[in-house]
Amino acid sequence: MATKNHELLNVLQMLVETPGPSGSEHLIRSKIEAEIRDHVDEVYTDALGNLIAKKGSKKEGGRRVMVSSHVDEIGLMVTHVDENGFARFITIGGVSPLTCLGGRVLFMNGTQGVIGMERLEANEQPSLAKLFIDTGATSKEDSKIGVGDVAGFERPFMNMGKRLVAKSMDDRAAVAVAIQALKAVESTPNEIFFVFSVQEEVGLRGAITAAYGVDPEVGIAVDVTRTGDTPKGVKMEVALGKGPAIKVRDSSFIADPRVVNWMVEEAKAQGLPYQMEVLEAGGTDGAAIQRTRAGVPAGCLSIPCRYIHSPSEMVDVDDLQQSVSLLTGLLSKSIEI
Amino acid sequence: MTEKFSPEFGQAELDLLSRLSNALAVSGDEQEVREIVYEQLQDFKDSMHTDAMGNVLVRHEGSGPNRLKVMVAAHMDEVGMMLTKEDGDGLFEFVVVGGVDPRQLVGKPVMVGRDHIPGVIGTKAIHLTTKEEREQALKVNALRIDVGLGGSKLVEIGDRATFSTTLQVLGPSLRGKALDDRLGVFNLIQLLKNAPENIDLLAAFTVQEELGLRGAITAAYQLNPDIGIAMDSTPANDLPHFDGEENTTHNTKLDGGPAIYLMDGATIGDRRLVKWLTETADAEGIPWQYRQPGRGGTDAGAIHKTRAGVPSVSVSVPQRYLHSPAGLVRIDDELNTLKLMHAALSRLDKSILIPQENK
Repeated sequence: MATKNHELLNVLQMLVETPGPSGSEHLIRSKIEAEIRDHVDEVYTDALGNLIAKKGSKKEGGRRVMVSSHVDEIGLMVTHVDENGFARFITIGGVSPLTCLGGRVLFMNGTQGVIGMERLEANEQPSLAKLFIDTGATSKEDSKIGVGDVAGFERPFMNMGKRLVAKSMDDRAAVAVAIQALKAVESTPNEIFFVFSVQEEVGLRGAITAAYGVDPEVGIAVDVTRTGDTPKGVKMEVALGKGPAIKVRDSSFIADPRVVNWMVEEAKAQGLPYQMEVLEAGGTDGAAIQRTRAGVPAGCLSIPCRYIHSPSEMVDVDDLQQSVSLLTGLLSKSIEI
Repeated sequence: MTEKFSPEFGQAELDLLSRLSNALAVSGDEQEVREIVYEQLQDFKDSMHTDAMGNVLVRHEGSGPNRLKVMVAAHMDEVGMMLTKEDGDGLFEFVVVGGVDPRQLVGKPVMVGRDHIPGVIGTKAIHLTTKEEREQALKVNALRIDVGLGGSKLVEIGDRATFSTTLQVLGPSLRGKALDDRLGVFNLIQLLKNAPENIDLLAAFTVQEELGLRGAITAAYQLNPDIGIAMDSTPANDLPHFDGEENTTHNTKLDGGPAIYLMDGATIGDRRLVKWLTETADAEGIPWQYRQPGRGGTDAGAIHKTRAGVPSVSVSVPQRYLHSPAGLVRIDDELNTLKLMHAALSRLDKSILIPQENK
């Protein structure tokens, strides 16, 4: 287990420390490609930038399966640099002004910045219109960034032993799980397309086109999900450390009950802990896959994660390992749904 | 290379744009603009058709090797109103179609239906209103379109209505309604008439953009392009700030040239295409500006998610007072947009599709 953890943690750290907000996935895409190239039959980048890796070919009882984990993360895009060098921005994906305060950002061109705020009136709530990025520039001319430059949040990877913290655990924790499962699958009757999708955080856009291109018979999204185990948090059954979560529904789709059952049976067969996930708000690539062409049975393997869309997202290392086992098991056998 | 394309804005161009701008083509009833498109593109009649949604699709095949299939979209529809109920006496209740600010409606002359029956969105005269009434914006359900007694025989429930503004030249500017997106329609007609030979130009004059890019969804599926470009119009919020602060939310500025999109609410502009446009503009000495990343959407939002994905971007003519009875644009911004599009298409080849990290 220790060496398995070591490899998983190395992959995860590499992933979370690479910036890649939606629409700017070129760096993270090339790192993933380098990581998986030797373990797959074929790998290519599609028109929108999804990295798609094929492993296995269809044998009797096998299916064409799409496994989608998104490589993009939430971030910021500059809308204006003022005469004193302060940059105004718009969010890419669901960024709260509260988690921006005091934040540090890293631009795709390497420029660093911190987020500051205009003075608020009494009882005024922070809003994005009041925030700006200070890159240390003293004027517009001297600014190393301009309109359209993209930044991700900047925090180092933190290993607390059982718990792991980083920005972009959503969805790099799932990407790490997909990569480890991709390596672990040895023989399979299935034709598996591992899709490392783009632009999920702005509306599942990459998965929509990837699913059309792959034309799968079954789809699994791998993503993070909220937990209900923090003080006075959301009312929800899922907790950190209690195993992979099998999605029943979220606000983007109802997981196909046959896929849910398939996942439950595999977890039971392996003796893995698992949790049923009913998420009130949120969406995953599973929704995009389900509605592709004439329809695809689709579900989602979720990794419990605290503080989603903050710069300090927390997951549990055992949940990750068990998710790798569950996904590997699902993909290695014939699929009867 | 292709010969130099130097568009001008003479009487013929003004006449065509006036007809396009003055036409009534509120989303879902784009027939009047569709007819102008057909008339202008007689030479393409064998490669032009109207699809099930009402989009006009035109294919111009180039002649060079390894041609990219490039979809260029401009929407024919405009925001406006639709009659919903007759109250008698020539008065009609109505709903707005697309993004219309109800504060823009009161007291405006309008025209209704395909016969352009004149009417007015009336309201109580100032003599009769109280101070409190004048401080409140009127809601749409409190307004009526009045076509006058007898006029009610000439219009029907379901008819579309729009402002009866006619296009005017104001020195270096044009003032008119529906320049969003009749400028795009005008430009797409010009691009087809001067189509570059190095690409297959797949032109889509789309419907129902203002209601959620609906026409472009099916147009893009049918045309199945390699890349997509939406030509549209976007607000210029460039009036002076009277508090003396720097304007950080101008979106675009008049005289700034074509506005190239990095991100809006519906699309993240493909970086390769953004770069192709800005590099073309710089090489050709055409002024350009980024449209500030923000909300909103163009047909690119539908095109890029089509089938297995279509790298897409948008280019807009900056316009003051969008979605109002009278928008204002600069003729130079319009011509520079057309120039940029033509120059960019003329230098396009398949290398544009190489992923960013492999360049």
